[in-house]
Amino acid sequence: MVRTSRNTSIVAIIAIIIALLAVGWITAGSIGNFGITVMSGLFQGMLLFLVASGLSIIFGLMDVLNFAQGAYFMIGAYVAYDVQHVGGVIDLTTTIPDPNIRFVFAVIAAIIVGAGLGVILERGLLRPLYARPVFQLVLTFGVSLVLAEIVQFIWTTTPYSWTETFGIRESFFTLFDQRFSTYRLFVIGMGVVLIVGIAALLRYTRIGIIIRAGVEDSGMVEALGINVRAIFTLVFTLGCAIAAFGGAVAAPFLGASSTIGTSFLLQGIAVVVLGGMGSYVGTAVGSVMVGLAIAVAQSAAIGTDFSALPSITPMLLLILVLLIRPSGLFGGNAR
Amino acid sequence: MSAILEIRDIHTFIGQFHILENVSVSVPKGSITVLLGRNGAGKTTTLKSIMGITPPASGSITFNGQSLVGKRPYTIAQLGVGYVPEHRAIFRELSVRENLLVAQRGSDDFERKADAVFELFPDLKRLYSLPGGNLSGGQQQMLAIARALIPDNHLLLIDEPSEGLAPVIIEQLMAAIEKLSAQATILLVEQNFRVASKLADRFVIIDDGQSPISGAMGELIGDEALIRRYLGVT
Repeated sequence: MVRTSRNTSIVAIIAIIIALLAVGWITAGSIGNFGITVMSGLFQGMLLFLVASGLSIIFGLMDVLNFAQGAYFMIGAYVAYDVQHVGGVIDLTTTIPDPNIRFVFAVIAAIIVGAGLGVILERGLLRPLYARPVFQLVLTFGVSLVLAEIVQFIWTTTPYSWTETFGIRESFFTLFDQRFSTYRLFVIGMGVVLIVGIAALLRYTRIGIIIRAGVEDSGMVEALGINVRAIFTLVFTLGCAIAAFGGAVAAPFLGASSTIGTSFLLQGIAVVVLGGMGSYVGTAVGSVMVGLAIAVAQSAAIGTDFSALPSITPMLLLILVLLIRPSGLFGGNAR
Repeated sequence: MSAILEIRDIHTFIGQFHILENVSVSVPKGSITVLLGRNGAGKTTTLKSIMGITPPASGSITFNGQSLVGKRPYTIAQLGVGYVPEHRAIFRELSVRENLLVAQRGSDDFERKADAVFELFPDLKRLYSLPGGNLSGGQQQMLAIARALIPDNHLLLIDEPSEGLAPVIIEQLMAAIEKLSAQATILLVEQNFRVASKLADRFVIIDDGQSPISGAMGELIGDEALIRRYLGVT
């Protein structure tokens, strides 16, 4: 039974990806444009993964749907922007004049701020509400609004476009007579490293095994002598830090604005449901599928009146998958 | 024999339901003590109260001279109390090895502990890398008990080990539990009176959330009226 449902999922994944690539090929018109569509899809898929992986692991272990996850992505973008540019709250332009090294610090700063705020949210606010799931939803939603207000208070309501140049962001490579951004390739590479790294952590380390056990039955893990609340804090912090990292690496392309997290949150929730609630593999596969679907929709919408197609595509894909597998691609027994 | 676990007059609520009303249990060190009673009498809740999963609202629980009341389940487990719950609660997606690894504490030599467990349950060694969900009911029960043996526990709380198992598997489990009693005190919940009477030295009847009678198992075996009244078996 388990094997049958897993096979259905794999067939559905392959069929959907082939269909997306076929539509992408038809709408692109040339191999160069098709390559751009695929790379754009993988880029968006990796950014989505950075939001959705935290959502998925936190939900799987703690049964908390963290609506503030998008806000952590937004904060990551702002912190990275701030550290990189002249005149920010944390102005490092004179201390670290090399923009490449400064960008590394900008990303690290975003991760630290995201992790710090994650600890505060989990320990200070969420912990008293573990027995009240509805309150948790309201709380995390409220926290996302508060964080957006704080961001607007510190950095004003004006969205920022990334203006500071640094090596990898400005470099391109040519393939099939098309120029491809090296930075997109870098983000895709970082996403793949994280997917593999988190998978290895969950699979081969004791803490990862405890997290996977906790996803199944956190009460039993505690009865075996493990402080599950400490594991909750660790996982929640990790999820928020990954989202902030996502915001930081997205900022050179997308800039920083107080609404940047909202769209990623909604798409991230679609990914988590599509992949199967609490399934890490499902989230990774779902992120790539949704990213590709958005890129193909963007390519198909060029020159037509369907400009809303890319934004509704994740939900259309979600409906399609739930019709085939109501518990998501890797939900239920197919984790 | 001194008591390793002493429960005195505990009252436990689940939501607004008063499940345990004045339960007292004394478990002598080195013994196998069984909690007997009909379905819904409060046996499982007694074990959960000891573990801090459904903490008692009043009364005292002392383990090795230390109070367990108010402590979280992980602290109680770290004191040396192993818990094998009803329906096993093994991690179905984790391999046998990973199930055992979750229970490891501190810098204990895991492989040595695992080898000791395999002497008791040789089948598990063969199934080492299989997911827990692929195991049969009897193998899952062995894994659940083995998991409680990985740390150096002084007291094992085992809830309904024979539930839903074939007679031949029950015999194997009984032999294993009997061997276990040489290294740890055991508090057992068991519906199967034949199994309980063969294994246990002592009994405590739990009836309607209370503990009216306790004593040596030999006394209960000879008292058919008592067995019929509280257990409904002859």
